[in-house]
Parts: sequence; structure tokens; C-alpha cells
Amino acid sequence: MTRPLVAIRSVSKNFGEFQALKNVSLDVWPGEVMCLIGASGSGKTTLLRCINQLATVDAGGIWLDGELLGVREQGGRLRRLTEREIGRQRLKTGMVFQRFNLFPHKTALENITEGPTQVQGRKADEVRAEAIELLRRVGLSAKADWYPAQLSGGQQQRVAIARALAMKPMLMLFDEPTSALDPELVGEVLAVMKELAKSGMTMMVVTHELGFAREVADRVVYMDQGAIVEQGRAPDVLGAPREERTKAFLSAVI
Amino acid sequence: MKPAPALADGFPDLSGMQIAREPHWFRWISAALIVLVLAAIARAFANGQIEWSYVNRFLTAKVILEGIVNTMVMAVLAMALGIVLGIVVAIMRLSPNPVLKTVAAGYTWLFRGTPLILQLLLWFNLALVFPTIGIPGLWSARAVDVMTPFLAALLGLGINQGAYTSEVMRAGMLSVDIGQYEAAQAIGMGRLRALRRIVLPQAMRVVIPPLGNEFIGMVKATSLASVIQYPELLHNAENIYYANSRVIELLIVAGLWYLLVVSILTPLQMLLERRFARGTLRLAR
Repeated sequence: MTRPLVAIRSVSKNFGEFQALKNVSLDVWPGEVMCLIGASGSGKTTLLRCINQLATVDAGGIWLDGELLGVREQGGRLRRLTEREIGRQRLKTGMVFQRFNLFPHKTALENITEGPTQVQGRKADEVRAEAIELLRRVGLSAKADWYPAQLSGGQQQRVAIARALAMKPMLMLFDEPTSALDPELVGEVLAVMKELAKSGMTMMVVTHELGFAREVADRVVYMDQGAIVEQGRAPDVLGAPREERTKAFLSAVI
Repeated sequence: MKPAPALADGFPDLSGMQIAREPHWFRWISAALIVLVLAAIARAFANGQIEWSYVNRFLTAKVILEGIVNTMVMAVLAMALGIVLGIVVAIMRLSPNPVLKTVAAGYTWLFRGTPLILQLLLWFNLALVFPTIGIPGLWSARAVDVMTPFLAALLGLGINQGAYTSEVMRAGMLSVDIGQYEAAQAIGMGRLRALRRIVLPQAMRVVIPPLGNEFIGMVKATSLASVIQYPELLHNAENIYYANSRVIELLIVAGLWYLLVVSILTPLQMLLERRFARGTLRLAR
């Protein structure tokens, strides 16, 4: 029996009075493509941000590749890891943001090579060759020397995916990757994600694209008010939901 | 395909008609008035008690030229010190560490809160407080020997400038989208590396216009160092008119030089702005 790549156990997270996550537990298995759906404010984005440690959990724990994130057990207490150790843990995940967050003062190629050369300290020419291959994979070979402001939203998001892949992560996190895109640009980003899923990458995708979830996801997780309400195979959750709240959400979305 | 429905009557075709030029009477009248006023001022100065031959003679006098060189050397060095301090203090101010934050806020409070000329006098007269300065057991010297007019002016101007520059830098760093920090963190960067590689280069674009402003201010603020005997432009001009009593003529000489230097700085700033505007222009490819 293999172990889960991500193990989330009894995780809670508050923003002041607001409970963003309530006692959430979940496993993500190697190679699995998981889609997280739910209304805004349901906690799905917060869950991703906790896995990437852009947010810290208030209670519970998250294990990535067998390693506890953000803290270490020592003498019956938890001690926070140093910034350097957290940075090293982050390298196991790649994050794609809703608003792309490409570095505007760097070209598409420089965006991709920044992490491997600056953080991992790898050789520039070797990284450059990989970056060119990644650009080809996301269909943007011709745009290597373009700046983000010169690219369409869909192209920017594909560069952002390539930038995350350049760090060779074990897990890719997508935070509503198509929500900021014009409708005609959504398809090109989803196509890249489908190709990535086929290649065996483990992915957690927060999305409103139910068509994508139905086609690509191994598992769909529906969240509401900071808790997991229902999960299962895509045809089951999306086609024949058991919970009333899931039914209400799906009928509101479609 | 159905034919398009007929258009309603009563809306004439305006194509081919041109928009008439406006006469702009007010522009002409105001321009004429201003020319008159300027002419009157020029006439007053031409007939006033100014010996323009002295202005002409001293404009390129050796002492004046040395003064302008000293002014520029001091302005550049003090500004460099101010920018370095400003960046460090701005980073401290934005750090999560409460000790660093408080120190940074205290520095800005102290050096913005007292007049620059007072700070210059304090640095220059440091020997009154500490007759000898140094590192115990390693090195020591008499403060009067160390605290030359040059060093006092550099410290006074640079440290004061740092307090103002830190606020400019902080504004620039705050203007960078929070998503940029997150994206930098997501590829494993620590706080300082993210600042250096991602945030500061983007902040520079915002910061250069106010920094240009600050530098022009600095060129002129060096004239305050005349009170502590630093031989900059105004100090040297003063020394000449103490001897020959041509006060207005030499002040005009100094003024012309300050104007010239500032006029040269403005296009330099535009070049710098272009350098940091990388990626923000939608250049046609």
C-alpha cells in the first residue's frame, strides 16, 4: 500500500471571527487529479494556500510526502520551522494563481528560469534549455522573450504553469486558474492542464469548470462553509449528488 | 438573409463636414499679458544696480568652478548614502520583527523631526560632546581632526536624506502587488531574496520620479553646508563677495549654476525611468 502524497488531518483555520476551515481531513494520492468545487468562501482556496504554506494552519496538521509542513514535533510541542526550511518544503509544490502573478519586469523565459537559477542554484544554460522545452509544452515557444504585459491572459497563465513546473514539483496546486480569463481563452489553459494530468502529475484544482472536472478529475470534492460536504468520483458527485447542499450548488452553477 | 430595416428620417449625413477651428481668444490675450510682464521685469533688471560684467567674469572663475564640483560631489555621495540607508530602513520598517520596525520608525522620526541645518551644526561640533572618538583599544583620534567639514556635511546630509528616502522606498514597495510576494514565495524564495529580485526592481519604477525630486532637493540642500565651512558653490560665492562686495552679482552666478545643474538632471532622470520601465510598455513586436 502506497502512502498518500498529501495527508490533511483535522485542519482548522480562522481569519478573525471567520472560520475558513473547520476540522478538514483529506488524502491526496500520488498521480491523482482532484478537483475542489464550492461557492466562494467555502474554504477550498484556503486549503490550497495551507498546503503551499502561504497560510498557516491554526490547528491540525498537513503532511506532504510524509513530512509535516511548517512545524516540527519537539519534546511534545510543536515548533515553527525557519523560513529556509519552509522554503525547501514549498519546492515540492507548484502553485498557479487565479491572477497569474507573473513577474512583470521579466520575460516569459526569465519568469520560468528565475526559480531554478536563483533558488535552486542550478546552471543557467541547463535551466534555459529546460525552460524552452517547458514553453514548447505549453505551446508558447514563440513568446520566450515577450514580457507578461504583451501576452494575453491565457498565454500568461500558461507561462505561470510552466514557471511552476520548472521547479519540478511533486504536486501542482491550481487556484481557480481560469477564473480571471476571457471565456475564449479558458480552453487553451484547460488543454495544458489536461495534458499535465495525462502525464501523471498529482494535481489539486480549485475550479468552477465543472466540464473540466467531469472529464479529467479522478475525484471531486465539494466544500461548503469550511468543511468537506461530499466527495467521490466525478460522475457520482456531479451526476448523482447525495447531499442536498451539493445538489443546490450544482443546480445554481449549471 | 433578410434585408436590413430602413433607417429613420431626420438624422442628416455628417460625413465630409469638418470641425471648425476655435479662435482661443483667451490664450492670445493671456500670452500677450505675460510677455509684457516679462519684458517689464527684464527692463527693471537691466536698469537696476547690477554690474553684469561681474556676473560674466565670475561665472567661470576657478573658485566658483571648484565650488560647483564640490557641490556635485557632496550631492552624489550624500544621496548615495541616503538611498542605501533609505532601502535598509524601509525593509526594516516592513519587516515582521517589532524591534527592527521600532528602530526604523524612530530613525525617521528623529531625523525628519529636526531642521537639517541644526543636524549639520551638531555633526560639525561633535568634538564638543566627544573630544576623542574611536574603538577602545584599537584606534582613537581627536574628533576635531576626524569631523572635517566634508565628513560632517556628508553625514548630516546623507543621514537626513535617508529618513526621507526610506518613506519613498516604503511607498514603492507597498505599491507592488501582494501576489508578487506570494508568487516569489511559491517558487521557494525567502523574504530578502523576494525583495531583492522581485519587489525592489518593480518598486524602482514608482520610486524614481520622487527620488529625482529628492536629488534635486539635495543639490540645493548642499548649500546649507556653507555654514560649516564646506567649500561648496554658495560658500565660495559668499567668500568672493565678502572681499569685493558684489553680493547680488555673485548670488546670480551661483543661482545660474544651480539652475544649469538641475536642468541637466531632468533628462538624466528620464533615461533612468526608461531603464526601469522594462516590461510595462506594450511595445509592438
